[in-house]
Amino acid sequence: MNITINGKETTLAENPARTVESLLEELDVAQRQYVTVELSGEILERDAFGNTPVQDGDALEFLYFMGGGR
Amino acid sequence: MLTDEQIERYSRHIMLKEVGGKGQQRLFDGRVLIIGAGGLGAPIALYLAAAGIGTLGIADADDVDLSNLQRQVIHFTPDVGKPKVESAREKMEAINPAVRVRTYKEWVNAANITDIIRDYDFVIDGTDNFAAKFLINDACVLAGIPYSHGGILQFDGQTMTVKPGESACYRCIFPEPPPKDAIPTCSQAGVIGVLPGVLGTIQATEAIKFLLGKGELLTNRLLTYNALRMKFREIPLKRNPACPVCGEHPTITEVKDELDALTVCDLKS
Repeated sequence: MNITINGKETTLAENPARTVESLLEELDVAQRQYVTVELSGEILERDAFGNTPVQDGDALEFLYFMGGGR
Repeated sequence: MLTDEQIERYSRHIMLKEVGGKGQQRLFDGRVLIIGAGGLGAPIALYLAAAGIGTLGIADADDVDLSNLQRQVIHFTPDVGKPKVESAREKMEAINPAVRVRTYKEWVNAANITDIIRDYDFVIDGTDNFAAKFLINDACVLAGIPYSHGGILQFDGQTMTVKPGESACYRCIFPEPPPKDAIPTCSQAGVIGVLPGVLGTIQATEAIKFLLGKGELLTNRLLTYNALRMKFREIPLKRNPACPVCGEHPTITEVKDELDALTVCDLKS
């Protein structure tokens, strides 16, 4: 299946059980425990990661903490 | 009324139809607070002084360190050891003696931030830790003062402009700070020296546009930049009804220090 992650098309093996939570693990996403996920323009509550399926055609944005400035 | 000297100094602004003499006067009447006189704060302070923003506040409790000079272009080698706000003030006044620079040699915290920001039209976050970033967001949202968020790390940067009550705030995206030391800081993970120049200049641009009332602010979008891949991206955002500070049922109704995040940057910045 094909999804878009941070604007980049990505092909993943079919996996009907894939959730946002398992995707973060599968892709070893940086700041996995803290990253904010936007799915189709909506920010997902962290509590919902485990029961939100990832479907073909989904567009996800991972928003990372950046704390530097000085 | 602008003097002849001012008309010459700002001639490249005044010839822009979006600025003109009227716009330049608005900039001169404008008051912008820069929190952090470091990587982001350096280009912000220099450009806003050059642009003729009439009142510029700059807050930072730190002294200039040798390791700052690779990116904090407002501080020069002979400034090492000097308070950053004093070093910054000297350069800002040298660029433009007409600008009124107000220095705050202190860290912002829940006890002082509301009093400091109330004298300003626009606030810019150039800090290096999450405690300050969340505090600035909360204080500006609660006081209804627009501000620019900026964050950098290694080769990556992000920025967004917040118009309280109108656009998404920092907590709409990141409801809580990460635990202390969970996310590396520039002092721990490094930062390419030119990066804050890019991000800070964008933040300064937002302040100028806000004062002019021209163009579209970077609201409801997070601009991300990666210097290695030389890519800018824009992530559309909207206000989060569950936001703890600007949502429908806010749980944060007064500024507070995020104690768990306070010592994120306990190494030399």
